[in-house]
Amino acid sequence: MAGGIESSDGGKANRFKELALPHLDEVYTLARYLMRNRSDADDAVQECYLRAFRYFDTFQGGQIKPWLLAILRNVCHSAYSENARLLYGEDAGDEAPVDPMWREQDETPEQTAVRRSESETMRRLINRLPAEFREIIVLREINDLSYRDIALVIEVPIGTVMSRLARARGMLRDAWVAAERRSKRR
Amino acid sequence: MNCEEAGILLHALIDGELDAENARAVEGHIAGCPKCAATLRDMQAIRNAIRAGASQYAAPPDLRRNIEGKLPASAPVVASRRAALKGFALGATATALAASGLLLMVTRKDAERRVLDEIVSAHLRSLQGDRLADVVSSDQHTVKPWFNGRLAGSPPVMDLTAQGFTLLGARIDYVDAKPVAAIVYRRRVHIINLFCEPALSQGESSASMQSLHGFNVRSWREKGIHLWAVSDISPDELSEFGEKFAAALKQ
Repeated sequence: MAGGIESSDGGKANRFKELALPHLDEVYTLARYLMRNRSDADDAVQECYLRAFRYFDTFQGGQIKPWLLAILRNVCHSAYSENARLLYGEDAGDEAPVDPMWREQDETPEQTAVRRSESETMRRLINRLPAEFREIIVLREINDLSYRDIALVIEVPIGTVMSRLARARGMLRDAWVAAERRSKRR
Repeated sequence: MNCEEAGILLHALIDGELDAENARAVEGHIAGCPKCAATLRDMQAIRNAIRAGASQYAAPPDLRRNIEGKLPASAPVVASRRAALKGFALGATATALAASGLLLMVTRKDAERRVLDEIVSAHLRSLQGDRLADVVSSDQHTVKPWFNGRLAGSPPVMDLTAQGFTLLGARIDYVDAKPVAAIVYRRRVHIINLFCEPALSQGESSASMQSLHGFNVRSWREKGIHLWAVSDISPDELSEFGEKFAAALKQ
């Protein structure tokens, strides 16, 4: 029965892992930006995957990434309503720096330092955005979702995706310009 | 178009979300408006800065282990090729959005429509010269093994001669920049191309019939495989083909 329907739990788990686990880094990335600290992000991602597996029968095909991200977002929001500090708490951008996954070849230590500080700056600025703008920036620029998928994940019309993204980029640009100015003055 | 509209639509422009007509309209406005042109440059710059600066986090290894440990133990993994073949089945997504009545002007050309275009183009290409089949045989036991090593997964090849559709052979074709199996049948003097690709999800979907440039395309999902049958035969005959094929596949 090549390509047939597997009905055993093992088959379902296999299929789920095969589809969902490749997106773990992306799901984790969104969780880090939504929860803004490592241990809450860990918890949220774990809960997301368990919930996704539980509802895997309702997954109707298509791309699984937006589906997973929508579940993660719900998990984060329910964690948030249990504890309002998590999502909207005062700037929690004081995390230890984490190396990005990619690494330029043949970087000098100076270049590494510049890159690291720039990426820290950008992460900090994104983390300071209000939640609805933060999440749309991450979904678009880092998770690389189309407008249509963003609309599905955050459950708003595409028109709202567009106007919110425009505002979010505008806010981030203002913050970026201000940060650049500060760093030059130093 | 005024500056307020352009100020929002220019984001869709840099994100590649506008169709050609609307892209021209926004570009037209920007060409005559220094203020919006400056905004466009600013927004491109911040977009590049975000993408360069805020890279993805890597999930900690113990998080991955924890999740794997909490899922039911799996049967031995066979082959995980499906993850590499994503992005074909946008059907449910597109329908959900259509139902919510969104801005029609701005959506990217529907992925389904693009696939439909490519299916018909591939069909037309196959009719030129001698490109119809790379393996020419009416024996399914010759055609099916031919795909071994040429494609991920083994496409279904069914002999439907008794049902009035003669198997002619098969080839590899390209749809949406991905290799797919193309199985070729003949009905009287008409050629039917059947394109197959592993679907992301198991299970079945009901068939849909579309028409483009005088060709009919029947698409459906069966046993975790996406199938598109395209031909110039009538929709009724093409449905008949689809049903016969599906019946043979179920046996």
